[in-house]
Amino acid sequence: MKKSLLLMLVIPAVFANTSMASKPSQNRQITLRNMLKHDCGACHGLTLKGGLGPALLPEALTGKPDDFLISTIINGRPGTAMPPWQPFISHDEAAWLLGILRKP
Amino acid sequence: MNKLLPLLTLLFSFSVMAELRATGDLGIVIEREDGNALIINTTEHKRLAKIEKLGDLSHASVVFSRDQRYAYVFGRDGGLTKIDMLKDSIDKHIIQAGNSIGGAISQDGKLIAISNYAPGGVKVFSSDTLELVADIPSEYGEGLRSKVVGLVDAPGQRFVFSLFDAGEIWMVDLKNPKAPVIKKFPNIGKQPYDALISPDGRYYIAGLFGESGMALLDLWNLDAGVKRILPDYGKDDEKLPVYKMPHLEGWAVAGDYLFAPAIGQHKVLVIDQNTWELHDTIAVAGQPVFVMARPDGRQVWVNFAFPDNNQVQIIDVKDLSLSKTLSPGKAVLHMEFTPRGEQVWVAVRDDNQLVVYDTETLQEITRLPANKPNGIFFSSRAHKIGL
Repeated sequence: MKKSLLLMLVIPAVFANTSMASKPSQNRQITLRNMLKHDCGACHGLTLKGGLGPALLPEALTGKPDDFLISTIINGRPGTAMPPWQPFISHDEAAWLLGILRKP
Repeated sequence: MNKLLPLLTLLFSFSVMAELRATGDLGIVIEREDGNALIINTTEHKRLAKIEKLGDLSHASVVFSRDQRYAYVFGRDGGLTKIDMLKDSIDKHIIQAGNSIGGAISQDGKLIAISNYAPGGVKVFSSDTLELVADIPSEYGEGLRSKVVGLVDAPGQRFVFSLFDAGEIWMVDLKNPKAPVIKKFPNIGKQPYDALISPDGRYYIAGLFGESGMALLDLWNLDAGVKRILPDYGKDDEKLPVYKMPHLEGWAVAGDYLFAPAIGQHKVLVIDQNTWELHDTIAVAGQPVFVMARPDGRQVWVNFAFPDNNQVQIIDVKDLSLSKTLSPGKAVLHMEFTPRGEQVWVAVRDDNQLVVYDTETLQEITRLPANKPNGIFFSSRAHKIGL
């Protein structure tokens, strides 16, 4: 009984979280920005003008749908050097990062 | 006055002495975010100067003039900066392309070659004036230009490099800089990501990202063409994601063995140099990025791609075992040995530090501050083939 009560409390909280596509916490934002600059930047360039990977500047991303780009971040792109970031970045965080890329 | 003269002479000579600076034990550290270069003294563990505004140094490498006075810094934004290490100043700076990856200095020290991603190709400059000497576009099809990687100098006033998109190795002879002679080796394998040359300048090896194995070119026997080595390594193993492209720099050779990062596996490959076959693999903490031998070849130091980049592991070459795991800090990006290997400097990006270790005791000696350091280059590279 205790367990199911706990579940009832937890489940709505989980749903609320995903449906809102919440913004990462302040600390997490700093971590994500650092990752974008340095880890994404290792291939895409610190200024995101591209390197081994293509440029990620707003102009380069226009016409590419959100779903496609978020999926690229999360799942990587087979056959290229782009790895899946899923173990480290959630769907919502990828969406938030994409927002920054589109409007730096 | 007669008594004062010797004193004055002494004072004068002291002031002259204070201005003298030898450069054989100096080095350059790149601060990637600020686009700065630090001049450091490796004997005294000191920062001597900060050279600012070199452009986008998110990826950067450095070569040195043979007199060890000048450092040439290759930036991501196509920038080429010639730093005067005696005057702590920029001697010359040019932007030669839109996006570059690295460079090399010729056997005679007179030419600087740079490998470019955009526009793809290699450009060659006078090391003195930084004037363009030769332009070699990496064309491999109708209107296609490849990103160029793995550029090294080779004996005979030559440069060798690989075409990432085309899967080719090219060798350029610049004995007559006005008329470069290019020899192309096609079909070397998919996506060569970097390359190295042996310290004697004989073997050029490109690592492949797009498929298993490496491409080997024997510069003493060009007619034999490029040979594929280790075509089967990791064929049946699950390929793990690679969060940072490994680098092949220098030649991690100890005894008969060449040490190289596996791609998509948390392993270091040990290759027998006599047969070019896999001798062994050593399981390590993550995707290796740099696999570097201490100059005497007794140890091999390995750092890793995200998310295992807070560690450094040391392989004891005597029995190919892991002898120690160090945790220098967050995001270890590069390592550089002193010329005879008694110490190693480690760049720790997210902790904003350079950590110096004693390679015998594996104890930390000191730390120096550096803002987001990503590369350490000692002037002793000036006299090494392929660096």
